Amino acid sequence: MPKVIKIKRGLDIPIKGKAEKILVQADPSEMYAVKPIDFAGLTPKLTVKVDHEVKAGSPLFFDKYHPEVLFTSPVSGKVVSITRGERRRILEVVVKADPQIAYESFRQGDPESMEREEVIENLQKSGLWPFIRQRPYHIIANGSDIPKAIFISGFDTAPLAPDYDFVLKEERDAFQTGIKALSKLTEGDIHIGVNGTFPVCDVFKDLDRVQLHHFRGPHPAGNVGIQIHHIDPINKGDIVWTVNPQDVVIIGRLFEKGIFDASRIVALAGSEVKTPRYFKTMLGACIVPLVKDNVKEGNLRYISGNVLTGKKILNDGYIGYYDSLVSVIPEGDHYDFLGWALPGLSKFSMSRTFLAWLTPNREFTMHTNLNGGKRAFVMTGQYEKVLPMDIYPVHLLKAILVEDIDKMENLGIYEIAEEDLALCEFVCTSKTEVQSIVRNGIELMIKELG
Amino acid sequence: MKALRRYIDKIKPNFVKGGKYEKLQSTFEGFETFLFVPNTVTTAGSHVRDSVDMKRTMALVVISLIPAMLFGMWNTGYQYHLSIGSEATLWGNFWYGFLRVLPLIVVSYVVGLGIEFIFAQIRGHEINEGFLVSGILIPLIVPIDVPLWMLAVATAFAVIIGKEVFGGTGMNILNPALTVRAFLFFAYPGWMSGDTVWISQLTEGEGIVDGFSGATPLAEAAAGNLGNIPSVWNMFLGIIPGSVGETSTLAILIGAVILIYTGVGSWKIITSVFAGGLVMGLILNLFSVNPFMEIPAWHHLVMGGFAFGAVFMATDPVTAAQTEKGKWIYGFLIGIMAILIRVLNPAYPEGVMLAILLMNVFSPLIDHYVVEGNIKRRLKRAKINAQS
Repeated sequence: MPKVIKIKRGLDIPIKGKAEKILVQADPSEMYAVKPIDFAGLTPKLTVKVDHEVKAGSPLFFDKYHPEVLFTSPVSGKVVSITRGERRRILEVVVKADPQIAYESFRQGDPESMEREEVIENLQKSGLWPFIRQRPYHIIANGSDIPKAIFISGFDTAPLAPDYDFVLKEERDAFQTGIKALSKLTEGDIHIGVNGTFPVCDVFKDLDRVQLHHFRGPHPAGNVGIQIHHIDPINKGDIVWTVNPQDVVIIGRLFEKGIFDASRIVALAGSEVKTPRYFKTMLGACIVPLVKDNVKEGNLRYISGNVLTGKKILNDGYIGYYDSLVSVIPEGDHYDFLGWALPGLSKFSMSRTFLAWLTPNREFTMHTNLNGGKRAFVMTGQYEKVLPMDIYPVHLLKAILVEDIDKMENLGIYEIAEEDLALCEFVCTSKTEVQSIVRNGIELMIKELG
Repeated sequence: MKALRRYIDKIKPNFVKGGKYEKLQSTFEGFETFLFVPNTVTTAGSHVRDSVDMKRTMALVVISLIPAMLFGMWNTGYQYHLSIGSEATLWGNFWYGFLRVLPLIVVSYVVGLGIEFIFAQIRGHEINEGFLVSGILIPLIVPIDVPLWMLAVATAFAVIIGKEVFGGTGMNILNPALTVRAFLFFAYPGWMSGDTVWISQLTEGEGIVDGFSGATPLAEAAAGNLGNIPSVWNMFLGIIPGSVGETSTLAILIGAVILIYTGVGSWKIITSVFAGGLVMGLILNLFSVNPFMEIPAWHHLVMGGFAFGAVFMATDPVTAAQTEKGKWIYGFLIGIMAILIRVLNPAYPEGVMLAILLMNVFSPLIDHYVVEGNIKRRLKRAKINAQS
C-alpha cells in the first residue's frame, strides 16, 4: 500500500445533481469566447477587432506586461463582439465559429528532443501558456522563472466536480506527452496528487519523473494548494507551477499534432439540470447546446466552475478557460419567513444548528441566498474546521484587511489561493467575503513586492 | 405570510434614506430581518452558503439557556416559600418566580436593545444579534431582588462602555453580561452580596421563619460552616440560594449539551474550565489549612456560578481566545483563577466572574503567542529549506 496522506479537516457539501458518468457528444456551439476576467490580475491588450477572421490558435489578446503571453482563439471563425464592462474593462472576446475548424500550425514533435526555451515558446505562441499557473499568488506563470516543482491535482473534490478518472480515460497518450513537455520546464519533480480512496487511474501510472501522492479526505483535499502544503509547502521565495489535468492533455495534443485542439470534457451538474451528464465540447464554448431543454423552469444561476469558486455566467454564457464543470442551481432571491427560527429540516449547515442533521446522508437542493446578513467576525474555530493547512485563517484575513504585508507573509499568504479558503466562506456565520479578501491580499502582495 | 410580506414591502419606502422615518431604518431592518431572512443573493465568491447565520446561532444560545432560566424561576419561588415557611405547588413556585424574573428580563432587553438600535442607526449598520444572548444572560446572573433601576444603569453601562465604544458585537474585549454583573458588584455591593439578597423579599425581612439564613453555600463555606453546606446532590440540582440561573448545574449541563452538539459553543473551553477548576481544587486540598480548602475539589464544580460561567460566559466567542490551542489555555486558566479567587480571597465570595473577565483581557495575549508559534514554524521551515 502506498502512503496515504489523510486530510481530516474539510467538508463535502452534500449538494444535489452530480453528473452521471455518461459521455455525450455536445452539439457544436456556434459561439466561443475567451474571457480576460478568467485570468486574475491580467491587463489584456487586444490584437483583433470585430470582424477579424481568426484560426484556432490565432491570438485574440495578450498580457500588457508580458507581451509574450498570448491568449488565442479555440476555434476558427470571425470575431463578432468584444464585450466591455465598467471602465471599458474587456469581459469577453466572442468568436463565431466556422463549420469546419481551421488550425494555426505550431511546432510538432517530441518535447523531449526540444530545449526548455523551445517548449516555452511553443506554449506561448499557441496560447497554451496560461494553463500553467504559479504559486504563490495563483496567477499565470512567468516563463523566466524556474519552478521548484510542478504540481497537478489528479482529482477534484469540489461540490459536483467531474471525475477526472472518467474524463481522462481516453487521453492517456496526450497526457503523457503533456507531462513530458512539462518536465522540460522544471528541474524538480512533477507531483501528481491522486485520490487515495480508489486505485490509481491508468493515466497517472508509469510516468517518468512523476511522483504520485495519495490523498484521502473531504474537500479541499483535491485542491492543488492543499496538496502542495502537505507535500512540500511553499516558503518565501519559492515558486512552483500548477496545471489542471485536462489542460495537460491539451498541451500534449499541441506537441503531438502541432495544433491548439481545445476540445475538453465538461460535466453539466446541479439540482436544476434535468439529466446531469458529461459533455464533449470545447473550452470557451457557449453553454446553450448543453443546457437547451435540459434545465428546469425558474430563476436559475449558471456557474462556470463549481458552486464554491466558479464564476457566474448568463444562460448563454461561455465555459471558462480553466473550467471542466458547469453548475446550474436555483437563485435564492426569495424571502424566507422566520427562516432563521424554524427547525430547518431541509437546510444544510456544517453546524448542527438546523434539524437537517437528522437526515445525515441526504443531498440538498442549494440556492444562492446568502442565508443571513453580514456581520463582524464573531464565531471562532469555524474556518479551521474546513482548512486543512497549518494556517490561522482569521488572523491571516485580518492581516490582509489591515494591509500588513509582513504579517501576511508570516501567516502564510504565499501558500493560499482563493479556492483553498472557499469553504471558509461557505461556512462563515458572519457571511464574510473570504475569497475577495484573499484576492485583494494577493494583489497587494504583487503590487508591493512585484 | 404573503400578506405580511406585502405589507412590509408597502411600508418599507418610509424607512429608507429620504423616507419619513429614515431615523428608524436600522430598527425597521432589524424587525424585517427578524421576520424574513432577506432575499440577498451571493454576488462574489461562493455561490452557495451555509444556512447558519448570526440570528440562528444566537437563538440557539438562548434556547440552551432556557432550562437554566425555567429552573431559576421555579427555584426563586421555592426559596421564597421556604423562607416564609409555607409550601407551594410546582406551579405556584414557578409562577411566583416567573413574575419576579420577568421584570428583570424586560428591563435588560428594553435597555440593551434600545441602545443597540440607536448605535446601529448612528453607524448605519444592521442591528447585531449579540444582545439577544446578553439580554437573557443578565437576568440569570443577578440576585433576584436587584432594583430594576440598578439593572437598567448597569446594562446601559455594559452595552455602551463595554461594547459599543469598541465598535459593537464582535469588537468588545469584555463579556457584556459579566460587565453588568461586575458593575453592579462594585457599584452597589450591598445588593450583590451578603446573606439576604439571594432570596426574594428576604431583605425586607417580613414573615421570615426563625433561623432561616438565606446564605449561599459559598458564603457558608467561606465562613467555615461546612456543616451548613447543602448536600452535593441538592447543589447539583440547584435547590439552593443564588443568582437566578446559576444554581442548577443539571440545567446548565443540559444547555452545555445543546451548545456543544450544535457546534455553537466550544467544548474545548467548557472542558478546560472544568479541568482547571478541578486541578486548583485538588491543589488547595493538598494544603488545606482552613475548612474551605478542605472541600473536596469536585464539589467546587457544582457550587456558585462555576458551571454557569464555564458553559455560558467563558464560551462567548468574541471575548474568548480565538485559536483552538488558545482555547485550552484560556479555559484552563479561568478554572484555576476562579477557584483561587473563590477560596483564597476573603473579599469576594465568588471568583468565576472575575476570573473570566481577567482572562477576557488576557485572551488576545494567549492568541498572540499561539499565532507566534505558527509564524516561527513557518520561518524555521524556510530556513531548513534554504540550508539544504
